[in-house]
Amino acid sequence: MNALEVRDLRKVYRNDVVALRGVNLSVAEGDFFALLGPNGAGKSTLIGIVSSLVNATSGEAEVFGISVRKNRSRAMAQIGLVPQEVNFNQFEKPFDIVVNQGGYYGVPRRLARERAEYYLKKLSLWDKAFGPSRQLSGGMKRRLMIARAMVHEPKLLILDEPTAGVDIEIRRSMWKFISEINAAGTTVILTTHYLEEAENLCHNVAIIDHGGIIENTSVKTLLGKLQVETFVLDLRAPNRTLPEVDGIEIVQRDPTTLEASIPKSRSLNRLFRVLEEQGVEVISMRNKANRLEELFMRLVGIGEEVA
Amino acid sequence: MSVDVSARTYWTGYKTILIKEVTRILRIWPQTLIPPVITMTLYFVIFGSIIGRRVGEMGGIDYMEFIVPGLIMLSVITNSYGNITSSFFGAKFGKHIEELLISPLPPWIILAGYVSGAMFRALTVGFLVWLVAGFFSGFFMNNVLVTLSILFLTAVVFALGGFINAIYAQKFDDIAIIPTFVLQPMTYLGGVFFSVGLLPGIWEQVALGNPILYMVNALRYGMLGISDVSLGLAYFMILLFGAILGSVSLLLLSRGTGLRT
Repeated sequence: MNALEVRDLRKVYRNDVVALRGVNLSVAEGDFFALLGPNGAGKSTLIGIVSSLVNATSGEAEVFGISVRKNRSRAMAQIGLVPQEVNFNQFEKPFDIVVNQGGYYGVPRRLARERAEYYLKKLSLWDKAFGPSRQLSGGMKRRLMIARAMVHEPKLLILDEPTAGVDIEIRRSMWKFISEINAAGTTVILTTHYLEEAENLCHNVAIIDHGGIIENTSVKTLLGKLQVETFVLDLRAPNRTLPEVDGIEIVQRDPTTLEASIPKSRSLNRLFRVLEEQGVEVISMRNKANRLEELFMRLVGIGEEVA
Repeated sequence: MSVDVSARTYWTGYKTILIKEVTRILRIWPQTLIPPVITMTLYFVIFGSIIGRRVGEMGGIDYMEFIVPGLIMLSVITNSYGNITSSFFGAKFGKHIEELLISPLPPWIILAGYVSGAMFRALTVGFLVWLVAGFFSGFFMNNVLVTLSILFLTAVVFALGGFINAIYAQKFDDIAIIPTFVLQPMTYLGGVFFSVGLLPGIWEQVALGNPILYMVNALRYGMLGISDVSLGLAYFMILLFGAILGSVSLLLLSRGTGLRT
């Protein structure tokens, strides 16, 4: 059974803005799924409909086979949502916020307290559990929303840009925590602007743009579609003559840095052979951009080239 | 294992909303419980002791005693309405109402939780005002059942009215307009300080169109045994308003008016 099944979902806002144009999407149970798209693409509207915060104009969304429209209560019991914006009462204590959320899902108060302690400790927030939540930092507030979303131990966890504006150390600890949750059996749907995050964590990905899904496949398959990769080559000594290799575009960024854009059909060996012949010594090499990011830019910007 | 939905889920959800509301009311007691008691004490001092001495009797009852049910009703109405508007609109404004909207709880449980919170505050303030009134006029009770049921039902009706106000409110000003320009005048003209029989000609008939008049008089019957209107009609009016406002509240909440996009 799919954790999420979306069929022909449309949303037209009152100001006639079409946010979703008949979206179809499936997320398998146990998956770690990335939903990518530029701002205004329809990601948050889609998540809003699935979590019942937004009413769909037409179409159907099902969570573990339960219709969000026809059986909202049962469908919602399966979902934990970490929204993009902070939406807890900042005058309440983090512990109370998590315990109360458990209550709204029918978790008995004693059990909700135990789980609140567990998740707040797991997310390194226990020392802040009984202080005012408005004094938490941005990263702490996001972690608090993850603890809140987990208190009823949902089967589907939806995170809408959970690591936006969070420093790298906290981001990595959040990745670790979410990966553990996924490994324990919870299906995870993640929207993010950090495409490295999607590439490292997710198994499958959908790219949404202008209210429609333009790509829905595995991360591995998607990366396989990358036709050209750009490498940055750091040279030991300044180079004066730009090497010429058939089929490979080489640009000199500065005297000791070259950028080589290499189609998949070409071999890297040819590049190195030519460089060696010309006496150019490469001391290190790296991808210019995150690979998924590069692909994303092409899909969203000039979709025809890949799609 | 995820949580499934059952009657137990709803009961736990209802209790959670109520506990949260009661905790909020008690946490900010200098704002929620004390001001209405001070205001009512001033009413008893000025209208009861100072002016009341010159008025003498109203409807065959000492004026101080006559105004006690009306002032208790005034505090119940304003606190029931005010609690739900500030709490529910505050949750909407701060977006934490989303915590409930994404939960499995159906609209009627959410409504019941907020209405119960408003009733807790209204009846607590009503009880405190009754204690203050006892200091000025002594304690009296004609019919406990009528007194408690009228207070209970009135708190429900005005909590529902406040809930609808909070749903439509876009800014904090919107939750102050109705209490100031509608509720307060209706309460003062609803026979809190006078018997409706004292109104000249047509004004008596106009006053009978005011639902608060029935609530004040029903409570006056419960406490003092006198009323300008029939008790049956008073219950009918209160239940009718309760049913209408309850249905509208549930409809708005189910449709997500002002809450869901």
